[in-house]
Amino acid sequence: MKEEKVVAKTTSSRMQKFKTWYPLFLMMLPGAVYIIINNYLPMLGIVIAFKNVDFKKGILASDWVGFKNFEFLFSSSDAFVITRNTLLYNIVFIILNTFLGILFAIFICDVTSKHLKKLYQSAILFPFLMSMVIVGYIVFAFFSMQSGIVNKTILPALGREPIFWYNEPKYWPAILIFVNTWKGVGYGCLIYISAINGIDPSLYEAAELDGAGKLKQILNITLPSILPNVITLTLLSVGRIFYSDFGLFYQVPRNSGMLYSTTNVIDTYVYRGLMQQNNIGMSSAAGVYQSLVGFVLVLLANLIVSKVSKENALF
Amino acid sequence: MKRNRGYQILANTVMLLVTALVILPFVLLLMSSLTDENVLLANGYSFIPGKFSLGAYEYIFRSGDKIFRAYGMTILITATGTVANIAMTALFAYPLSLKKLPARRVITFLVFFTMLFNGGLVPSYILWSNYIGVKDTVWGLILPNLMLSPMNILLMRTYFETSIPDTLYEAAQIDGASQPKIFTSIVLPLGKPILVTIGTFSALAYWNDWNNGLYYITQRTDLYAIQSLLNKMVSDIQFLSQNSGNVSSDLAATLSKVPSTGVQMAIAFVAILPIIAVFPFLQKYYSKGIALGAVKG
Repeated sequence: MKEEKVVAKTTSSRMQKFKTWYPLFLMMLPGAVYIIINNYLPMLGIVIAFKNVDFKKGILASDWVGFKNFEFLFSSSDAFVITRNTLLYNIVFIILNTFLGILFAIFICDVTSKHLKKLYQSAILFPFLMSMVIVGYIVFAFFSMQSGIVNKTILPALGREPIFWYNEPKYWPAILIFVNTWKGVGYGCLIYISAINGIDPSLYEAAELDGAGKLKQILNITLPSILPNVITLTLLSVGRIFYSDFGLFYQVPRNSGMLYSTTNVIDTYVYRGLMQQNNIGMSSAAGVYQSLVGFVLVLLANLIVSKVSKENALF
Repeated sequence: MKRNRGYQILANTVMLLVTALVILPFVLLLMSSLTDENVLLANGYSFIPGKFSLGAYEYIFRSGDKIFRAYGMTILITATGTVANIAMTALFAYPLSLKKLPARRVITFLVFFTMLFNGGLVPSYILWSNYIGVKDTVWGLILPNLMLSPMNILLMRTYFETSIPDTLYEAAQIDGASQPKIFTSIVLPLGKPILVTIGTFSALAYWNDWNNGLYYITQRTDLYAIQSLLNKMVSDIQFLSQNSGNVSSDLAATLSKVPSTGVQMAIAFVAILPIIAVFPFLQKYYSKGIALGAVKG
């Protein structure tokens, strides 16, 4: 008898609970369905990399091929080139964007003129809001072989021969690094600006009374104060070091085949394999390679930070 | 103070240079679109139009059926996508912001996890095009990837959690308000700043998107948005220059359809014009959003 009562009670409290929460879960339903379709179902699609996909049979019924797709991928020279390019570009991007982002943020915060401050803040955000297609057009206006301003105006003025920019891989690391910084530095910079604005001004006043110069103030007050933001941002970028901005490496070099040795990264390789060469096996193998190594790197980066300073870890 | 003056000069000089470096490329884009086509062919793109001409813009207005269509498409997908995005984000973020929500930690983790790990392009492309069938439909531009961002859900959740006091919810519940009522009369009005911020993120993402067009619109070029159209012109030109040795009649036909260099720059400029027009608004909310993103959930 007693047991029954308890059961009845829990069911009625469950009913109560259900009544309270079901409207809220109903609200979450559209988003939940979307995340399941858009984010979780593709995770199951990782099996594609281990199959010889035949759309007539459907993905589930296609034949398993084990690690064959991966063997093909890693026996080609492509695997090395795309890994090297992805990693090296990202390392340079992280260093430059961090350094310049902090430098510009310090300058912008210290500028006394309100109008100029506003101007600089606007300028630094502006390219960040543009699509890579537009950026590709702008780069083309500079480097177009027949009508670019570099070949038509600048190089002749220097008495130099025109250069076939879109055929010569050696120029592209510099161009891509410049374009990435030009477009992306504003994002980190704005974060650092809001961090610097949060520093207690009395710290600077005290330092000034002690006769500390600007450089000393930056080194002893500004940098230590924004360090948590620097760590969080860097951590996020290190976690994404196996991923690249597809647009930067696809649009800006105009998908020029002659530039692949210095412009091909994992993302562009996966895209070309899938859409242009119709090589689903190799393409999905490269995608899985990226997802798995990328995942391990995020965890690793976070682990290291949580060992050094726990409060700066992401999770 | 004297020491400070040198520093002010240094900071301003560097930042003025940076500003020039940012603005000048856009000036080049605009000037190129305003240069007479023949001068453009002879002298190339230039900051000072050798001969000023509105020919490129006239061309867009005269024969720009395709361009207008693409522009309309961009407006359509931006409006639809942004409304759907804000609605779905808010509806998901509000329950998640309630501390007593059952399984709250698990749900939050499941949202966060998608930011750490994903299946990649191949499975997601096959899913959307072969199983859901968005290929060569307008849904291909709206649904994949852009309609809901896990990051934005977490940003909005944190905002609701920290800026709407629990006592308001309690008072509303005592008054017998239903959850939908609480959502529309408390959460939405008080969460307006974050709704606008997320809306800005989403609108810009749709306006600038060319990836979905690249993946999912392959045959129905009449569905191109403006960014896809710009992308298509690049690939047509690339294709031509890589096959210039054996130009067949087919290729020649494609060649004649590719707009001239000046017109291309004009289309690109027209595509960024709305961004320039609403820039102060974008800047206000974008900067806010970026600063929020720096504060981890």
